[in-house]
Order: sequence, then structure tokens, then C-alpha cells
Amino acid sequence: MSDSTAAKLQTPWRLTSPGDLETLRNDIIESQDPNRPTIVVCHGNGCLAGGGAKVAEAFRQGLSDAGINAKLMPGVKTTGCQGLCSRGPLVTIQPHGFCYQRVQPGDAAEIIEKSVMATEPVERLMHRDTKTGEVFHTEEEIPFYRLQERRVIQKIGKIDPTDITDAIATGAYSSLAKVLSTMTPQEVVLEMEKSGLRGRGGAGFPTGRKWRSALQAIEKKGRPVYVVVNGDEGDPGAFMDGAIMEGDPHAVLEGLIIGAYALGAEKGYLYVRAEYPMAIKHLEMAMAQARSYGLMGENILNSGFSFDARINRGAGAFVCGESTALFTSIEGKAGNPRPKYVRSVEEGLWGRPTVLNNVETWANIPLIMGMGGEEYAKIGVPHSTGTKVFCLVGKVENVGLVEVPMGTPMTRIVEDIGGGVGGGKPFKAVQTGGPSGGCIPYSLKDTPVDFDSLTKVGSMMGSGAMIVMDETDCVVDVGRYFLKFLEEESCGKCIPCRLGLSRMREILDNFSQGKGSAADIEDLTSLSNALKDGALCALGSSAPNPVLTTIRYFKDEYLAHVEDHKCPAGVCKSLITFAIDPEKCNGCMSCARNCPAECITGKKKEPHAIDASQCLRCGICLETCKFDAIFVS
Amino acid sequence: MEKITFQINDREVEARPGWTVLETAREYGIEIPTLCFHEAVLPSGACRLCMVEIKDGDWSKLVASCIYPAAKGINVYTETERVSNVRRWIFEMLLAQVPASPEIADLAARYGVTRTRFPVKDPEEMCMLCGLCQRVCEEVVGLSAISTVDRGVHKRVGAPFLRPSDVCVACGCCVNICPTGAMRALFDSIRGETKTTLTQLTA
Ligand SMILES: Cc1cc2nc3c(=O)[nH]c(=O)nc-3n(C[C@H](O)[C@H](O)[C@H](O)COP(=O)(O)O)c2cc1C
Ligand code: SF4
Ligand code: SF4
Ligand code: FES
Repeated sequence: MSDSTAAKLQTPWRLTSPGDLETLRNDIIESQDPNRPTIVVCHGNGCLAGGGAKVAEAFRQGLSDAGINAKLMPGVKTTGCQGLCSRGPLVTIQPHGFCYQRVQPGDAAEIIEKSVMATEPVERLMHRDTKTGEVFHTEEEIPFYRLQERRVIQKIGKIDPTDITDAIATGAYSSLAKVLSTMTPQEVVLEMEKSGLRGRGGAGFPTGRKWRSALQAIEKKGRPVYVVVNGDEGDPGAFMDGAIMEGDPHAVLEGLIIGAYALGAEKGYLYVRAEYPMAIKHLEMAMAQARSYGLMGENILNSGFSFDARINRGAGAFVCGESTALFTSIEGKAGNPRPKYVRSVEEGLWGRPTVLNNVETWANIPLIMGMGGEEYAKIGVPHSTGTKVFCLVGKVENVGLVEVPMGTPMTRIVEDIGGGVGGGKPFKAVQTGGPSGGCIPYSLKDTPVDFDSLTKVGSMMGSGAMIVMDETDCVVDVGRYFLKFLEEESCGKCIPCRLGLSRMREILDNFSQGKGSAADIEDLTSLSNALKDGALCALGSSAPNPVLTTIRYFKDEYLAHVEDHKCPAGVCKSLITFAIDPEKCNGCMSCARNCPAECITGKKKEPHAIDASQCLRCGICLETCKFDAIFVS
Repeated sequence: MEKITFQINDREVEARPGWTVLETAREYGIEIPTLCFHEAVLPSGACRLCMVEIKDGDWSKLVASCIYPAAKGINVYTETERVSNVRRWIFEMLLAQVPASPEIADLAARYGVTRTRFPVKDPEEMCMLCGLCQRVCEEVVGLSAISTVDRGVHKRVGAPFLRPSDVCVACGCCVNICPTGAMRALFDSIRGETKTTLTQLTA
């Protein structure tokens, strides 16, 4: 690197043309030695919870202990979520790409010695297939990554999200430069329409069409118009939007600025869930850096177009993610849905034309502008173009962040990428769309995962949480869980939702105690339909989906509860009994010592027994027994 | 001003610009039950009793007629199976929620709902949170002495922070507008120490 390049990279300079951006990018790339080893430590939420920060610290310490000159080899880089959360803390060594999993601070010295100073793998910390025992060295080899098509989250886990130069080196803001220098706002909207992109926040409304109607509304009502990012992600199990904002905030900003240019908006808002402090911090840093490089603010890249945005912290309620509630919340009022039949493109924030899109939707825009709408539309399937990011959670081997083309069969995501439920057993069901979505049974495992196919089987895309269930999950219990969640989150404004959710939950509570009848299942269905038709906003109207789909696909399991008073999955406490198999019990007494009800008796080295009348059905004994002697029936 | 022509129950109706479907229906004497609607205040779309079905070929959806604007050429139906299903469940839930309100029981009975499958929670309860009292106080009286406290299933009506209100002048508008008689019982907890009494007001 020449001294002048180094000096230029020290302080941000105001870019005044697309050429400037290109120069900066080349300078950054030139300043980086591609052969210099870098220790990339995941700082996504999962890995941080597992001690990722301590691991990074151990590597820094290890490098200095090994006497490696920090100037020559800065070495440690922290990134957003690398994806395979269930095997964190994750560490990747570049340039050869060795992937290390479940890394502890104590492993740092060995990894530095073998993989940083030399190019040897440390296989004991590498991905091992639980079935075949095969060891994989790099991302390209691990099926979890190999079978994905990472576009939107391509840079997440690779770049340092707090350093704009790292993002620019990988092409950030080049789509913005292209748009500002070669496209009219009309052409941007046309490309969006050609792309076929549908909103990733749940409902799947075509984004190009939304922008087009906003333009029409602006024609009628004039400006100002606002662009808004919906980052209120609150579905249980969903963390993709958080991962995007934390791991590649520039992708969201770049998309937002392009959208603002297309609509002629001067101001934007990022509504981010309050429980995402890291996303807020990274977005704030990204905006400050983008401003200092002239990529946001006054006269962006000397194009004459000015735009700025600010962050609004979410009010902490799930319903604030609903578009009209989100607007009232930004306006400083209580975030309740607005009972009005007007579209927010016409009357959104402060009654002005407004375009609200989801985080992932915005992050797709730079890709679309980069490759062109027509090319983008070739990814995925005809009515669901592009890719979708999912959070794979629940009873699945590989919990984490997954991106695949729309239309990918469910089984490929859950079994091939996710590694299945473990033990070679089939999964029982997959819940897509969170509390608003539905349960898809194993028999429909080949369902293509796209907007229309999921709707057809009674579920929905939702935001992208995919909760995998196995035979130990009870559908009645799952329904109760989601209803309880929504009951707490209902704003209470309309009667069907405020009263209906608790009444539905009460019926399920009865089922879980073996009370009720087949007629109650009919009532539950009919009440569900009343909520679907009657509730004011989509929180209430989509709330019955988990119940309706489980009744549709697992009716026998409901009947088992109400008619046979049995919970086949062994979950509903009132319907199960714990017992000890005398053949397997060797009298180790560990269950008896741990039982909080002290209802397990037996002599040392002799079979024990549980007094069912005293048993709390807490399941502690089941966990403590090392000999599989305790069973549920 | 140009009139808006559309259909309710296959009958042609005319609305003035700005009218809702409910206003139009009432103009023609077509009955749609409502609870949270009152001419004196802005509609709030909260009770969902006024749902009607709009059909267009195979496509149809339910909307709240008190806030749905009359629009040219729409086909509105007030007595479909889906509409009745929503009404029936709202009534059944209300019968269990506000068992002490004879007004609700009467209205439900008019639509054929006389029993409820749900257990009663509080036999004394009369308020079904239609919000009319709050809206009349804010919009007509201009005082906002009443608010809703808490949210979701815990929502209640009362003076802000559930302490007697300093601004209440005991005009009694809320008592008069309340469709269930609940405000009569709540009134004392909202107004502070005032000279007038409820009997004087409503007498
Ligand atoms: C109760 C409720 C919660 C919602 N939460 C979110 C959310 O957290 N993030 C989001 O993008 N959309 C959420 N939505 C959907 C939004 O209302 C809106 O459709 C979406 O932000 C539009 O963006 P899109 O077209 O890019 O998907 C929610 C909807 C409802 C009814
Ligand atoms: S459906 Fe639920 S969250 Fe939506 S307006 Fe009604 S009460 Fe509020
Ligand atoms: S007190 Fe009466 S008017 Fe006020 S919310 Fe309750 S039922 Fe409605
Ligand atoms: S009268 Fe329309 S929602 Fe209550």
C-alpha cells in the first residue's frame, strides 16, 4: 500500500461521484493483503451468549503472547451472525476458511499455532456430521452452508459491521452509485416491478406495486413522502431481521436510500425493536459513517439528491410491528392499530404518503439494482422471486440462519440443511410464520416454501421463523403457547381479539386437561373463523392459524386428548404419568434425591417406584436418570 | 355533489360522499347491530359487531361497516353466514363478559343469542370497553377525563392512573352515552369531589 493510500484511508473523505466510490473501494482492497491470516470471530447473539467475546479476547491475547506484531497482522475481526448458531461460538480462519465450532478461550493458542502460524486444521473443533462422523474443514464443505444460496446475508459473518470500509470493499453502495448516476426514479420503480420482489415482513405484498401506488398517491397529494424500515421483529423464534441489521447494516441503509430516491423522499425512519440494542448501535454507526463519506445526507455523491434517516426505538409491543400501529408509535402516540380502511401508501406517517418495508425487503434492493430486475426474477419461482432468509429453530440439529431460493422444498431446508430432528427420525411438523402461521405436517414435507404454496396448505410465509417439532411436541400445547403469547400482545381494542384469544386458549386449556368433547373442537374452529373475519388488525385475524392448521392436520391428537384423555406426545401434564421400569432401574437413587415432591421411594441398588398421587409431573426425574428407566405414559 | 350508488343486500342504495356503509344502511332502514358507534363521536371500529360482507364474484371480505366508506359499485351483504358467525361469537363472549348488562342481553337476544358456552368471569361486570365514554369526553366535552388503562386483556376504563380526575366536571355525558349502563357504576370513581350528584344530572 502506498503512503498516500494509507493516509486517505485514515480519515473518511467526502465522495463526490461514483468514480470516487470505485477509487475508494480499490484503495481499500489494495491496502488489504489477501494472504494475511485473519481470525474471524462471530459476534452474533447466539455466539455472544456462548462466550464469543471472551473467545475474541483470548485470540487477541494469544496473538500478542505469540509475539505477533499487531501492526503487521491485526488479525482478529468480529462479525455478525455466521449462521450455525447451535454450534457456537464460531470462528473462521481466513484466507483458507477453516471453520471452528464451539470454540472456547482455551482453544485459541492451539488454533493460532496450527491454523494461523501454519495451515493445519484442528479437526477436533471442526464440523462433524452427527450421523457419518465425517469432518468438514470449510464452509464450502459443510452441507448447512453448501446447500444454501446466500445472497441477502452473503456478507453477514464476513464483514465487520462497524467498519464501513469493510462493507465498501465487498461492494456496498455500488448499487446506490449506479442508481444515482444512471437511473431515473421511474426506472428504479420499473426495475422493482420487474424483479417481482414481495415484501418479506409477512404479507408478501409486491414491493414494486407498493412503490408504484405511492408514486400515484404523491401525484395526488404531493410531498413529503416518507420511507420507513420495519425492524420490529417480534415473532418467537425469529431473528433474521436482527441478524441483518447487526451484521450488515449498510445493506438496509443502501436499500432505503435507493427507495427514497425512487420516491423522492427526503426523510426516513428505522423503527427497530428496543430489545435489539446491538442492531441500533450498528445502524447508528453505519449511518454516521455513511454520512461522513457523503453516502447519506446532503447531496449524496454530488447527485443533487439529499436524504437522511433516523432511528426510532420500538415501544416494546409485538403489535407495533403492524404498519398502522408502527406509524402511531413513531408519531409519539400509543402504538395501536388504526381502524381505517386507507392504504398507508396514501395516508401513512403523519397522514402523508409512506412506504413501509421490512428489513429484509430493503436489504434486497441493492441486489436487485445491481443485477437488474429481470435477472433477479430468475431466482426462486415465478410468483415468489428471490431468496428468503429463515431462522431454523426448535428440534433440529442445526439451529441457525438459512437463506434459500423461494420454492425450495421444506424437507431440503429442515433435513438436508438443518440436519433433521436427530436420531434419524422424521420431524413431526414445521411451524412457519410464527404465531400467525400454521403447522405443516411431515406428510407435506415436499411443500415448496414460497408465499402461495404455504398459504395453500393453510400456513403462511410470515417473517421467516421455522420452528421444527418432533414427536415430543404436542399440538394442543403448541396452540396454547402461541395463543398465550398473542393474548399478552393484543392491544385490546377490538372485541374478537381481546376476548376471543383468551376464550380460545381456555378451550385448549381444557383439552390439555382431558376435558371437552369433539363438539368443542367444532366450536373452536367456528370461533377461530370469527376471529379471522372479525378482528381489526392482522394480529387478531391471523392468530387462529396455528389452531386451525393443527386441527386440520392433527385432529386425531385433539381427539386423543378429549376422548381418550391422553396426550400422545406426553406433554400435557394432567394426562401423563411417570413410572419407573424395574428392569432398567439399578437403584442409583439419583431420581429420588432430585424429586421436589419426594415421591420416589426405593432402597439403594433396588428398583425405585414413583407415587403417582404425589407426582408433580415436573419431569426432573426423567432428566436425571442416566439409565433411561423412567418413562411417560 | 355526486351521489355514490352501490348495493346492500341486492338493493340499490345511494350515499353522499363521505358516508360510510353503516350510515347508508341506516338511511334505508337496513338493520346492522352496533355497539361502539354513536353519531356524536367519530367511529372507532372497535366492537366489530357491525361487520358486513363485501362480495365481488368469488372474492369476498368482511369489513366494519361503521368505518368502511361507501364506494361506487360495491355489493354489501349484511346477513351472510360469515357475518352471522362473527356476530354470534361476539354476543356469546359478551354475555359471559358483561353478564350484568341487560342492554347487551336484549341486543344479543334480538339476534338469536340467548346463551353462552363460556363461563362468567365477573357477574357484576357491565363494561365491554366500547370506548364511547372516553370518546365523548374527549371529542364532545373536550376534557379527556376518561382514559383506558392498561392494554390487551387487562384493559379497563377509568380516570387516568385510576385516580379521580381533576378535570371532570361531572357533566354526565359519558353516563348517557354508555350503551351498557356500566358508566353509572364507574362514574363516582372518575369524578373527584364535585358538588353535583348523579341523580341531579340524569333526573
Ligand atoms: C401484529 C403484526 C406484527 C407485525 N410485525 C412485523 C415486524 O416485526 N416486521 C415487519 O417487517 N412486518 C411486520 N408486520 C407486517 C407489517 O404490518 C407490514 O406488512 C410490513 O412491514 C410491510 O413490509 P413488507 O411489504 O416489506 O413486508 C406485522 C404485522 C402484524 C399484523
Ligand atoms: S386484532 Fe387485536 S391487536 Fe389488532 S386491533 Fe384488535 S385487539 Fe388490537
Ligand atoms: S363504560 Fe360504557 S361507554 Fe365506557 S367503555 Fe364501558 S361500556 Fe363503553
Ligand atoms: S359499530 Fe362498527 S365496530 Fe363497533
